Amino acid sequence: MNASEEKLLEVRNLHVAYGKVEALQGVSLAIAKGRMGQIVTVIGPNGAGKTTLLSAIMGLLPSRGEIFFAGELEPVPEVGRMVRRGMNLVPEKRELFAEMSVEDNLILGAFQRYRQGYRDHDRSLREVFALFPRLLERRRQRAGTLSGGERQMVAIGRALMAQPTLLMLDEPSLGLAPLVVREIFRIIVELRKRGVSILLVEQNARAALQVADYAYVIETGGIVMEGQAENLRNDPRVIEAYLGLGQHQEKLA
Amino acid sequence: MDIDLPIALILGQDGIINGAIYALLALAILLVFTVTRVLMIPQGEFVAFGALTMAALQAGQPARLVWLLAALAVAEAIADLIVLRTRRQGAQVTFSALLVKLAYPFVLAALLYNLPTATLPMPVQAMFTLAIIVPMGPQIYRLFFQPIASAPSLILLIAAIAVDVSLVGVSLFVFGPESASTAPFSEASFEFGSVNVSSQALWVVGSALALIVALWLFFSHTLHGKALRAAAVNRTGATLMGISPVFAGKASFLLATLLGALSGILIAPITPISFDSGFVISLKGFVGAIIGGLISYPLAAAGALAVGLIEAFAAFWASSYKEVIVFTLIIPFLLWRSLTRHTLEEEE
Repeated sequence: MNASEEKLLEVRNLHVAYGKVEALQGVSLAIAKGRMGQIVTVIGPNGAGKTTLLSAIMGLLPSRGEIFFAGELEPVPEVGRMVRRGMNLVPEKRELFAEMSVEDNLILGAFQRYRQGYRDHDRSLREVFALFPRLLERRRQRAGTLSGGERQMVAIGRALMAQPTLLMLDEPSLGLAPLVVREIFRIIVELRKRGVSILLVEQNARAALQVADYAYVIETGGIVMEGQAENLRNDPRVIEAYLGLGQHQEKLA
Repeated sequence: MDIDLPIALILGQDGIINGAIYALLALAILLVFTVTRVLMIPQGEFVAFGALTMAALQAGQPARLVWLLAALAVAEAIADLIVLRTRRQGAQVTFSALLVKLAYPFVLAALLYNLPTATLPMPVQAMFTLAIIVPMGPQIYRLFFQPIASAPSLILLIAAIAVDVSLVGVSLFVFGPESASTAPFSEASFEFGSVNVSSQALWVVGSALALIVALWLFFSHTLHGKALRAAAVNRTGATLMGISPVFAGKASFLLATLLGALSGILIAPITPISFDSGFVISLKGFVGAIIGGLISYPLAAAGALAVGLIEAFAAFWASSYKEVIVFTLIIPFLLWRSLTRHTLEEEE
């Protein structure tokens, strides 16, 4: 079987090793291509390999296995090429340009598009500001002076400036106040409506399963369970391990 | 020794001229360091290259330095071919780009060996000088620093020293041991009260100011300039935007060699330069950059200007201790830095 046409992303048998430690042991996952975006979530405990998975797909880490994106095999994923082809990663640490203004941070998200000859960054910027009105107020402020929630907005906005078809979010709710978390998840749902697919890595399994279409559970470097998000939401094993019945503490970093 | 106003003005003029050059070098050193963590020890060699190449062209000698460019281009082509074969880095290199890069120094050499370089107008001579030297920056980054880009700073420093020593050797081989200076851009001079200001002095200071303004515009108003700053501020973040460390490294080396070679062209009519002048010149740029804490561009430029002024006055009062006084400057600044240092708040 070749790269299937109806998949936006397909990962087959992905291995990543840090020295002799195998952080990922043959992970396979897929995101369907549709008119609307898909939200696919990967949940699992700390250290299960979630961040490693995203980094390998993005080309930040060397990996073995097959990665198909938008119908093409990526033998050696390379970040710049993945960004050009419509993939973008918002890392757990945000990695903003702290000493630069909010607007400059956002504009730099369009760097690869600019180099490809597109000159639509002003329109993209207006769209990002429409999505995050708070950032419009703070556009001249240095990114390093923002609150945690605002930083996450800049990080997501910056990724959107590249006009991605697949946005990978690594723990977008980490360390944020519940109200801000709700806002971030509202944005995620809104993005799906606009046709952006999302690969969402979360420890906050409850919130992730609420918005996702499809879900994978990853433990110690391997997928142990997968299915429609609503099925997983009702699966007793998932409830016991990740939704913690009656335990309303969201999670701490 | 007593100092009166005219002497102070003359010394001040000297200091500002040298300080302007040190400021350009300090900015280049700072840029390269923040983007790549490489301390650009060879920075001064590009100054010497610039001055000596210009002198060779004006003397009607073929600029033999072009063969260093050719050698680097061949080495780079071989390195690129190896990458192309193994496709290790996503194979961004294409054959046609490779051929163009390889042909460039030979076309340039053919021009230089057939044109009567001595009679060309000075701006054309300067363009040729830049055309020979500036591409060496990205080549040197590609060959010597890109393969060890993530190595510890100490390794990068050792590599920088090795590159510097090699370049000095090449310089002696290409230009010989004699020092050389070039014709001034124009012969005019101006009287300001009792002080005679040569037009070359105005050229140096004016060009340095223009370059500093141009750099500021580049870094604050263009996407590529912002991308370079971003790569200096947060390498991971920049990589995720598709601003590759390779692009940033080559671009910063390109700017550094441009600033170095231009400094050489500017200073050559005033100060005789020899093959080994570069190191001390770049050390003075370093002092400026260190005064700026290897972080702040305005402080680095101001520091470099101060170095120039102190050097000029030290040369008058205690000429044999001139260098000692200048380099001793580092100590109080390092002390002050270590006492007042505030680490930037990083995200947890």
